Amino acid sequence: MLEVPGWPGHLPGQHLDVRLTAEDGYRTARSYSLAAPTDGARVELTVQRLPDGEVSPYLTGVLAVGDPVELRGPVGGWFVWRPTDSGPVLLVAGGAGIVPLMAMVRARRTAGIGTPFRLIYSVRTPDEVYYADELRRPPTGDAGLDITFVYTRVAPDGWPRPPGRLDVADFDSGGWPAESDPSCFVCGPTGFVETAAHILVALGHDPHRIRTERFGPSGG
Amino acid sequence: MSVPDTPRYEDGNALAGPLREIFAVDVTAAVSQCATCRLAGPVATLRVYRHAPGMVARCPGCDEVVLRLVRTPDAAWLDLRGAINLRIPLPEG
Repeated sequence: MLEVPGWPGHLPGQHLDVRLTAEDGYRTARSYSLAAPTDGARVELTVQRLPDGEVSPYLTGVLAVGDPVELRGPVGGWFVWRPTDSGPVLLVAGGAGIVPLMAMVRARRTAGIGTPFRLIYSVRTPDEVYYADELRRPPTGDAGLDITFVYTRVAPDGWPRPPGRLDVADFDSGGWPAESDPSCFVCGPTGFVETAAHILVALGHDPHRIRTERFGPSGG
Repeated sequence: MSVPDTPRYEDGNALAGPLREIFAVDVTAAVSQCATCRLAGPVATLRVYRHAPGMVARCPGCDEVVLRLVRTPDAAWLDLRGAINLRIPLPEG
């Protein structure tokens, strides 16, 4: 959680860049999705710690309350959902790809609107679900949001779907038919996003209605 | 369905911050047209490789370079020769 004086506000799906400068002048920057809708000067990031990363170990381990950081943002104007957009929405998340999509879910709740949302969330194990309480026991403002969990390695006891990668059947049960012409937002690792986007196109969704955000290999 | 092994790219959303340092508006929502295959699409959908010096954005249709961006300590070098044009949405004025 950061306090950013003069933060101009952001749209769900936008991100910000965090820049670190070492004592020897070496600079490196990483992009982080904004996890919550705009709220004055408060900015919430969700950072996945990568043990051999350059930036995430610092942000999650070294940075203390009150320390300043250098930011640029909000940035990005394409992978965004505006609460004024009409029509159903399909969110497809792989692992940490839930973060910008959660900002959309929360913005929908904050706006108090009933735009139909469906979320397909693929994650390796039940322990790795981000925002688990909020997603498993959604607040009343989330009526009209349907969530499908897809476990790829380990599923909870008695889960009807055997563990496995996201496939067409998950979109049949948890998505929208192409005729509903939903706005689709897909976020996750590059391979996951490719697969999900291919499935959506194969199911007849208009490629122009599919917006994607990939994590690259250079995270951390 | 074949998916390439461990793709080494991100997408054009990653250009948002570095381009915002140069331009007054968000360029990732702009539509670029590839000079090689003529495919037009949002800059956000280009494939971005960071392991070159700077950032290299390639066309998702033909894989040719559309945009290169290198940041030095005192300048940004932006090479757009792979794009015929950029259509940048602006508020009606």
